[in-house]
Amino acid sequence: MQTILRPFAIKSSGDLARLGVMLALAGLILFGALRYDNFLSSFNILSFLRYNSMFALIALGMAFVIITGGIDLSVGGTAAMASVVAALFSPYHWAAGLLGGMVAGLAVGALNGFIITKMRIQPFIATLATMLAAYGTGLLLADNQSVSVSYDTGFTVIGQDDFLGFPIPAWIALAAYVLGWLVLEKLPVGRHILAIGDGEATAGLMGLKVERTLAAVYLASGTLAGLAGVILASQFGAGQPTEGVGWELFAIASVVVGGTLLTGGSGSVGATLAGALLLAMVFNILNFENGLGWISLSAYWQSVIRGAFLLVVVVLQAKLMARR
Amino acid sequence: MTTIETPAPQPAGALSSGSRLFTLASRYGTFVAFLALIAVNIAITPNFLSWQTLNVNLTQVATIVIVATGMTLVIATGGIDLSVGSLMAIAGALAPMIFMGQFWPVENMAVAVTLALIIPVVVASLFGLFNGLLVTRFSIQPIIATLVLFIAGRGIAQVMTNGNLQVFKNEGFQFIAMGRIAGVPAQVVLMVLIAALAFAMIRYTVIGRQIIAVGGNEKAARLTGIPVKRVKLFVYMVSGALAGIAGLVVVARNSASDANLVGLGMELDAIAAVAVGGTLLTGGRANIVGTVLGAFVIQLVRYTLLANGVPDAAALIVKAGLIVLAVFIQQRADRH
Repeated sequence: MQTILRPFAIKSSGDLARLGVMLALAGLILFGALRYDNFLSSFNILSFLRYNSMFALIALGMAFVIITGGIDLSVGGTAAMASVVAALFSPYHWAAGLLGGMVAGLAVGALNGFIITKMRIQPFIATLATMLAAYGTGLLLADNQSVSVSYDTGFTVIGQDDFLGFPIPAWIALAAYVLGWLVLEKLPVGRHILAIGDGEATAGLMGLKVERTLAAVYLASGTLAGLAGVILASQFGAGQPTEGVGWELFAIASVVVGGTLLTGGSGSVGATLAGALLLAMVFNILNFENGLGWISLSAYWQSVIRGAFLLVVVVLQAKLMARR
Repeated sequence: MTTIETPAPQPAGALSSGSRLFTLASRYGTFVAFLALIAVNIAITPNFLSWQTLNVNLTQVATIVIVATGMTLVIATGGIDLSVGSLMAIAGALAPMIFMGQFWPVENMAVAVTLALIIPVVVASLFGLFNGLLVTRFSIQPIIATLVLFIAGRGIAQVMTNGNLQVFKNEGFQFIAMGRIAGVPAQVVLMVLIAALAFAMIRYTVIGRQIIAVGGNEKAARLTGIPVKRVKLFVYMVSGALAGIAGLVVVARNSASDANLVGLGMELDAIAAVAVGGTLLTGGRANIVGTVLGAFVIQLVRYTLLANGVPDAAALIVKAGLIVLAVFIQQRADRH
């Protein structure tokens, strides 16, 4: 029994925060299941997962970046640009669209890595600049309008179809999270990432390849954002150069709600997923609540409620940190 | 130029010519870029030297400068304020609701307009106070603390207006954007006034010095008896209030208030202006003149490209390059 429970043992305030977000997510699901008839219907669950996979992917990349003590503001712009690139490549082959979008994301990630590690510019400023550049490039490629994807090559299957009764975007996100978990928890590079977040100078003195690891993390974040862009284009049938505004900040919020501290050096892949799902579920529950007819809250309330959620989480985290 | 900091003792002649170049570039780079842009425009842009051009550029840059001035103060303390765009939306939503009598019936238009000019700014500064409290009382990092209102703030503005466009025509209220004082657009006068006040505050007042000290070394500032928390609360309140003023100017200029759009992306424009203007994001400096120049450079680059038929999207890429270059030069100069 003891050994089974060991992964759940609370060792630090960070663990407590992560346990908190899992409990909050479970509580919210329970609340929804008891209150609304179709909350646990397969239709709701599947469409929820299909739509929110994009945000989960971006949050995963953001979690890695934040664990190193950095930040990546470019993910929204990158996703928008990648959706355009994917749409432009989709007439050739569905795989061309998929790869095109991912390579576009990778390119932005590489640029981020270069500016941050070689030019030594703070991640906040570096990725702010590449966000603008990514939007600019996407708009130029798309000629300022949305670009329709090809419906002949099966590109739309990526975002719209199911595999084994489960949406394909959700499979992609699941695979990414399993991979992310393996990297962070099981591979040496995961330890390196955590060590760099704890203190770059110390990690460097220990002989870790700080620059290379940091660059790899931004590459990964960019590629995941590119993948999110591919799903965006495939799901909505068009590459959308103006989409993605504010995605970076919602991803940051998901990561923070997932108990990862912005100071770096700690964090969890699983809790990040829980954080992303939690923020997304606020909107889902709001829809159901309106459906009941007791109250009528406009969709605008969702950002207010999300903000309030973030507020509660960061204040609780701050209190936990202060107690330590 | 107006950078105030404690210079590290520098042995004479120790600078290599390369690092001296970076130092020069960091000190005068923004100004030179500004002059160069004007020179280029005189040479290639038709009708550049006209009142109309001046007017267009000044009015487009006014709100960015107003917000960026507050941002400079926040960044000087080592913080950042992501909520400014959302606070603009809140102020911009409140003002028309007040003078159009949605809260209480308007009996005297002059009173209503006065209130519409004051209340939104006070509300925005209270939201700024909220940001400041999160940063000081709970020791939450500024990025996250202000992220709360970045997300929730626009939602609040949208909920207040139910996402509807508020269209109005009110000469008294719109004076802050459309009016002219001695021939100069009122919003430009407002911009100059605010930047000048902030400049004077940093230079000549105790609170100005305290802001720099807090950003330079918070611990040392606390040990020398500077009320660090109060200083931080102050800068976030100022940033909120200035965002509120900018929100009023934007809706007055448009004769309409759209909570979905007012101030959208302003936080990034303001941060970009500060960065290009040579205030490092690490705190301890407040280069107000630099920020104003930074905002002008970004605006002029965009204008130059647009006026010469380059699409707006390409201007974004140039802006990105500009930000990276400015910060790169600044940091290189700093290391010596």
